[in-house]
Amino acid sequence: MKNLSIVLAVLVLGISLQTNAQKVFATKTGQLFFNATGSIVKIVAVNNQVDSKFVDATGQIIFGVLIKGFKFENQLMEDHFNENYMESTQFPKADFKGFIKNIKEINFAKDGKYPIAIEGNLTIHGVTQKVGTAGTLEIAQGKPSIIGEFSVKIKDYGIKGLYIGDKIANEAKINVNCKYQN
Amino acid sequence: MQIKQIGIFIVIFLASAQLKAQTVDLFAEESNKKVKDIVTSTFKSTRIVNGQSIENVGAGVLDFRISHRFGAISQGGYNLFGLDQATMRIGLDYGVIPRLTVGIGRSTYEKQYDAFLKFKILQQQTGEKNIPVGISYVGSTILKTIKDASTTYTPYTTDRLSFAHQILIASKINDYLSIQLSPTVVHYNLVDSTNIPNDFKSLGISSRLRVSKRVNITSEYYIRFDKLAGYYNPLSIGVDIETGGHVFQLHVSNSKGMTERTFINETTGSWMDGDLCFGFNIVRAFSIRKPKELRSIKW
Repeated sequence: MKNLSIVLAVLVLGISLQTNAQKVFATKTGQLFFNATGSIVKIVAVNNQVDSKFVDATGQIIFGVLIKGFKFENQLMEDHFNENYMESTQFPKADFKGFIKNIKEINFAKDGKYPIAIEGNLTIHGVTQKVGTAGTLEIAQGKPSIIGEFSVKIKDYGIKGLYIGDKIANEAKINVNCKYQN
Repeated sequence: MQIKQIGIFIVIFLASAQLKAQTVDLFAEESNKKVKDIVTSTFKSTRIVNGQSIENVGAGVLDFRISHRFGAISQGGYNLFGLDQATMRIGLDYGVIPRLTVGIGRSTYEKQYDAFLKFKILQQQTGEKNIPVGISYVGSTILKTIKDASTTYTPYTTDRLSFAHQILIASKINDYLSIQLSPTVVHYNLVDSTNIPNDFKSLGISSRLRVSKRVNITSEYYIRFDKLAGYYNPLSIGVDIETGGHVFQLHVSNSKGMTERTFINETTGSWMDGDLCFGFNIVRAFSIRKPKELRSIKW
């Protein structure tokens, strides 16, 4: 009887722990590539300080970047990006808050590549839009990483400028590459 | 005995239930962490008109700068309002690291060579620390190679040298207004007579006013505390126009020279007499070295 109740207790504890084992995966050094090359000049930048977290149980995921953290090859281009287009003094950050919709299909214990669908709210330049995209979540030695690509219609976010649609593409391609720690 | 066991059981169950209640909500996590934000674009170019601004050339970037100063507009139509007479300076400025810019130049005015270095000592920033001003040091050496009319004394090459030291204190007050103070000392290795000092102190007052996203109005004035007779305080007013890859600076000024020695201490024109000259600077930037973040990436 005594043994049985101990077994039962352990079992209950085990089950409850399992259902509650919400793990938060996080990184502060994710990468984000930006490409808005239009007709002539190459307009590319990288941000190596992407702040991202996600929860394995709920699929909740967030990304945050500082606009001034984007590095361009050309200093003048970087200045224009901050001052004339993104107005980064007024809107220093861009972020995404959403969910990995098919998080239940991912087996975090098994290495491999899993296709994921992400949906949520993207805020750039103080304007929030609903977005959705597909990506890949890879588990390697128990550590997840997320690779994704999506495009952003620049004018949807209230960003104005003479060159958008000409030297600057209408849609900027964004590539995300985040390796998480647990 | 049994009651005790049931007791333990309940405690464990409750504990686990409590665990269950602690669901993580990432959206609710608001980061109030203050992030270091370095102020950029205090001025649109590394020069305000003639004088240095607090801006440096980006690391790994080479600026090719061509500056033209025409003759006095007051000369009238015969010289096409000064456009017939031009002096120019061509220069190369390179950003060694973000804080350090070095440059060389050659002016047709008095056949001068010049070299300078500009180092950012303090960056204007908000966030972890609030620093309302940026401070830079500029040191430049100017070599005048025009042949002197004087025959009584043959100068050594070192006699033709002069040096300028400037501390630039700048503040970007908001997106529309920036102000800079530039205490300056210019040292002449050789002056005309013994009763003229070798060191000349002055204070530069400059500003940038944003009119639109791509157009800025600049002004630059130097008060001279030690004066060479027959010269005037320089005052320049300009317009900075940005296009995609260039900054054009157009201005009117009473000085023709473009090195610290000539435009601060030896400005020949007077605003009161209408000795104004039209001039412009054009800069073309070349990326020589990619920023380290971009080096390993193939697009």
